[in-house]
Amino acid sequence: MSQLPAIELTGVVKSFGPVDVLKGIDFQVYPGRVTALVGDNGAGKSTLIKGLSGVQPYDNGVVKFFGETVDIHNPRQASALGIEVVYQDLALCENLDIVQNMFLGHEELLTGTLHESEMELQATKALQSLSVRTVKSVRQKVSSLSGGQRQTVAIARSVLREAKVVILDEPTAALGVAQTEQVLNLVRRLADSGVAVIMISHNLSDVFKVCDDIAVLYLGRMVAQLKTSETTNTEVISYITGLHSQDTSAITVEGA
Amino acid sequence: MSNQVTSLASGHEGTLRDQFSQYIQRLKGGEMGSLPAIGATIVLAVIFGFSSPFFFTKLNFTNMFVQAAELTMLSSALVFVILLAEIDLSAGVTAGVSMAVFIVLIKSFAWAWVPALLAAFLTGLLIGWVIGFIVAKVGVPSFVVTLAFFLGFQGMQLVLLGEGGVYRIEVPEILAIMNNNLSAWGGWLMIAVCAVVMLALGYWDRGRRARSGLVNRPIAILYIKVAALLLIGGFAVWFMNLDRSQGVIPIMGVPIVVPFTIAILFIGSFVLDRTKFGRHLYAVGGNPEAARRAGIKVARIRIYAFMICAFLAVISGVFHSSRIGNVDGSAGHTIVLSGVAAAVVGGVSLFGGRGKLAHAAIGALVITMIDNGLGLLQMSAGVNFLVEGGVLLFAATLDALARKRSGGPLAR
Repeated sequence: MSQLPAIELTGVVKSFGPVDVLKGIDFQVYPGRVTALVGDNGAGKSTLIKGLSGVQPYDNGVVKFFGETVDIHNPRQASALGIEVVYQDLALCENLDIVQNMFLGHEELLTGTLHESEMELQATKALQSLSVRTVKSVRQKVSSLSGGQRQTVAIARSVLREAKVVILDEPTAALGVAQTEQVLNLVRRLADSGVAVIMISHNLSDVFKVCDDIAVLYLGRMVAQLKTSETTNTEVISYITGLHSQDTSAITVEGA
Repeated sequence: MSNQVTSLASGHEGTLRDQFSQYIQRLKGGEMGSLPAIGATIVLAVIFGFSSPFFFTKLNFTNMFVQAAELTMLSSALVFVILLAEIDLSAGVTAGVSMAVFIVLIKSFAWAWVPALLAAFLTGLLIGWVIGFIVAKVGVPSFVVTLAFFLGFQGMQLVLLGEGGVYRIEVPEILAIMNNNLSAWGGWLMIAVCAVVMLALGYWDRGRRARSGLVNRPIAILYIKVAALLLIGGFAVWFMNLDRSQGVIPIMGVPIVVPFTIAILFIGSFVLDRTKFGRHLYAVGGNPEAARRAGIKVARIRIYAFMICAFLAVISGVFHSSRIGNVDGSAGHTIVLSGVAAAVVGGVSLFGGRGKLAHAAIGALVITMIDNGLGLLQMSAGVNFLVEGGVLLFAATLDALARKRSGGPLAR
């Protein structure tokens, strides 16, 4: 791949006291592609993401953003670079409507008062750019939305912020079949618009459906970065469970 | 829904009839707002109107507005903290202490009334800041903090005023608020200003939407609202402009406190609905964690809310002192629970994030009507408390049920 990675991690290390959670991670994410981040519980997925979003900075290692070395020490810096995280619990205010939620903390003002019409217009455009048709009105309260619709609003919010990298934390975990389908389509369209998407997931069928690359973490090491088209379900599972790395007794990095 | 570019609605589309059915839909969805309270005022008016010949007299009608003003101010104050799912049990005594500061500065230190009043407001703001700081930064539940202040400030009032101390207010400007009336044309001017402001804001919003290329609601809705305001307000002004005196000297006109209250409610509503601070206040009330992640400084919003609450409570204290003409050591001890009741009855949710100042005002009117009506029927104070308690319980239950219906979790 000749393209510059949106995110390139080299030798990233993080420990909590005596526990080494990330033991020298190398990881690349490319614009326009969906990269799955998979691994069993405790593999270090959340810690890796928290470092990128600035919630818990890494102890050591190089983080490159479109080729430039950057320091991310707090969420504000990550947001300024264009890295947005959609958390599993979505962080929406149920008592506010879709537009209000999408602009929360970034309200547009005109002569000191809220510029409602401009915000409504931009929110509508962001939802339309993702071909969202499932919401009835952009002025609906979030409390009246389904799980899939809420996920849609949370993802559209990152579009609104013109994010270059969007990190999705188990976006389909709590959804039914139809809604999962909708959200996966949304993720695909988000990547097709040129955004680099990282998707944490436990559901391999979702991963194979939508992701271009699969990165597997095992006990704090990046044991594989595979292209979805060149791997199989069984191979990924063998990496996740550690069988593969024990066979070779070495860390393999493929693809990318 | 079609595939065209404008496939996402905003709720502004459609004819008058569509808008009306949307409104009905929202009601069915549990967003009843103050509708139950408005219903209650009508029911109460009918009941008391039939059972007491005095209820609908010109004097009593006007008196009710004056009585309600005090409670409206206090329940409006409480709205700012209830929106955060917090409570301020000390709002009444905060007003009491601030008014004690006011009168002591005048009587013992010979201050002029304007700086003394400023000092009273500063006292309120300081108390609000301290409460907010302890709640937001230290993390003590507001119920406990304000309960402690509620007890402590009763002592503070006694210390400032002396045991059994009652000081007469001899400031005509303060006494005028509750006891003097606008001239007849003053009342008409008040209604005209209200209508013009309502129209202007309506046109302002429509203009902004039009410039952004967005659909507007049928303009008839705005005209209907303004017409309703002119009709109801006009009737009230006309009625209050009649001579309501039972003696020789005529008493007529809209009490001065009415335009005061309307102006404060307007400013407060403007802040809540149209500023960044207001939006953030609702967000923190709805989901503090989401607000924090969106970059909102949650602690700062909480502290400001308690300061605004204390400030408006002091205004309620000024109204109270103006009405009874003195400051005593027991002022503000009982009104705070009526204030909470008024807010909840009006449709402000105790779970946070839902409610408006107008709801508090309507709730205050309901509580005042109960108070006034039962008084006219010469019921004992016991019955009065029982009824008010029952109404509060009923309103809180409605709130919880509506919340269940709108899909939110029952408790957070």
